[in-house]
Amino acid sequence: MSALDTAAQVRAGQRCALDVVEESLAAIESRNADLNAVLLVTADAARAAAASIDRRVAAGEPVGPLAGVPLVVKDNTCTRGLPTTCGSRILNGWRPPYDATVVRRLADAGAVIVGKANMDEFAMGSSTENSAFGPTRHPIDPDRVPGGSSGGSAVAVATGMVPVALGSDTGGSIRQPASFCGVVGVKPTYGRVSRLGLVAYASSLDQIGPMATNVADAAAVLEAIAGHDPGDSTSIPEPCPPIGAHLGDGVDGVRVGVVAELMGDGIDPAVAARVLAAAEVLAAAGADVVEVAIPALRSALSAYYIIAPAEASSNLSRFDGVRFGLRVPASTTPEMYERTRSEGFGAEVKRRIMLGTYALSAGYYDAYYATAQKVRTLVLDGFAAAYRDAHVLLSPVAPTTAFRLGENTEDPLTMYLNDVCTIPTNLAGHPAMSVPFGHAEGLPVGVQVLAPALAEIDMFRTAAVLEAGGAE
Amino acid sequence: MNGVTVATAYVGPMPERISREDVARIAQLARLTLGDDELDRFTSQLGDILDHARDLAALDLDGVAATAHPFPLRNVMRDDVATPSLDRDEVLAAAPEIESHMFAVPPVLGEPA
Repeated sequence: MSALDTAAQVRAGQRCALDVVEESLAAIESRNADLNAVLLVTADAARAAAASIDRRVAAGEPVGPLAGVPLVVKDNTCTRGLPTTCGSRILNGWRPPYDATVVRRLADAGAVIVGKANMDEFAMGSSTENSAFGPTRHPIDPDRVPGGSSGGSAVAVATGMVPVALGSDTGGSIRQPASFCGVVGVKPTYGRVSRLGLVAYASSLDQIGPMATNVADAAAVLEAIAGHDPGDSTSIPEPCPPIGAHLGDGVDGVRVGVVAELMGDGIDPAVAARVLAAAEVLAAAGADVVEVAIPALRSALSAYYIIAPAEASSNLSRFDGVRFGLRVPASTTPEMYERTRSEGFGAEVKRRIMLGTYALSAGYYDAYYATAQKVRTLVLDGFAAAYRDAHVLLSPVAPTTAFRLGENTEDPLTMYLNDVCTIPTNLAGHPAMSVPFGHAEGLPVGVQVLAPALAEIDMFRTAAVLEAGGAE
Repeated sequence: MNGVTVATAYVGPMPERISREDVARIAQLARLTLGDDELDRFTSQLGDILDHARDLAALDLDGVAATAHPFPLRNVMRDDVATPSLDRDEVLAAAPEIESHMFAVPPVLGEPA
C-alpha cells in the first residue's frame, strides 16, 4: 500500500498508526539480517510516536499528510539522542544533541522514523560497500550491490520494510541506488530542503531527498520536508510549490531533450535502450522529443572529483577526537588527532580527504581546484543552453545495472565512473530523479528526468507519465 | 555567471604525476598517518584519479569565471533575537573527555602528561 493511502486510512481512523509501524518493524526484523539495510531500529520511539498519532486521531485533532507512515532516514541525518554514525567508526556511538530540520518536519507531518539506514561512509561511494558496519546487499541478487551511497534507504523501500525513506545526494547517491533497486529517488533543487543536521560531505552539492515506491509518495515526502529554514542560509526562501497537485498534468506540448553525451560510450546498450523507450512513451503522450548536446558534461566527472573532495577535506577536519565521536588516546593533542583520524576513517574517506587536501594545497590550487570551478561554470552554461531547447531532459541514471559486490572496489576510478550521468546535476544545483523503467537482464533500470532549478513540477509530471507507461 | 572570480587564471601545464613524497606530505597536512602499504596504494590510486582530471587542461577556460556555488548567495542577515542554544550538558555528554564544563585534550605542546 502506498504511503499516501496508509496516511489517509490512519487519518480516517480506519487503521491504527501503531499497527502500521508494527508491520514495518516486523518486515525489518525478517529481512534485515540478510540485507543489512538498517543500522539502527528505533522501535520504542517509533511505537510511542505512533501511539501519540492514534490518540490525536481519536481526539479529532489534525495529524498531518503523512500520518502514521513509517520511514527510515539515512544515517548521516541527525536524530537527537539516537546514534548517528554516517557509516563511520569515527562516529560510532555518537548521539547528536539536536534533530535535523527534515526530522522535525517529518514528525510534524505525522511520519514515524523506524530506523537509520546504512550508507557508504560519509556518503562517499556508489555501492554501500564503504560502510564501516558492512555492505548492504541488493534485494534481488545478494551477490550484487544496491548502489550507493544511500543503499540502505533504497533497499528498505524496495523490500517493503518501509514505503518511503530519505537519502542524500551529492553526486547521485539517491538516484543511482534508486535505479539499481527499482524505486523512485529524487534529488531536489539545491536549497529546496534544509541541510541543517545533515552531516556535511560537500556543502555546495549535498541535498536531502525522498525515495519511494511511487512518484506520488515521493512528491508528498518532498513537500513535507521542503521549504526555507532559518538554520540553513543556503535554503531557498520561496516556498515549495504544490508538486502533488500537478502529477496528472501530462506532458502534452512538453519538450523533452535526450542528452547525447550521456547515451554513448561507456553506457550499457541495454540501459540506453530503456531511455529511448522512455522517450517513446513521452512522445506517445504528446511530448516533443529532441536530442540535445551538452559538450561540457564530458568534463563534469573530472571537475566533480576535484570539487567534492576539496569540500570534504575541509568539512571532515571537524572529526578530530575533541568534541564528539571516537578518540584514540595519545600523549599529545596533535598525535591524538592523527591516531583518531587514521583509525576512525575508512580507506575511501581517507582517499577523498587526501585528494581534496592536495587539490587545495599551495602550488596545485590553480591547476586543479580553480580549473574545476571554471568547468562548473561551463556545466551551468551548457545546461542553460539545453533548457532553451527543452523543458526537461532525459538520460540514464547510471551506465549499468547493479554490479557485483567487490567488482569495483580495487579501482576507485572505475567506481567513480558510475556517477557520470548523475554528477552534472549536482554541479548545477538542479533537480533530477530516477524513475523505475523496466529491467535489463533481470535487474531494475531507472531513467533519469532532469529539470532546471526550481522546476520540480515539470520533472514530476514527466516522471508520472513514465511511471504509468513503464511496463515492458 | 554567478560565483566568485579567482584572481589568476591558471595557464601552465598540469603538474607532474603525484609522488610518494607528495602523498606523505599531504597526509601530514590532513592529519592522517599512513602505513607503507597505504602510501604505495594511495600514490598509485591518486595518480590515476588526477591523471583522469588532466583532460581539463585541454579546455579553453580563458575568461571563464569560477563557480563556487550554484546560486547567487549574499550575506544572509537576520534580526538580532536571542534563541535557545543547544543544551550545554547534552553537548558535553557527547565528548570523549571533559573537565569543568570544557572539552579536555592531551597536552598541546608535546610535554608528557
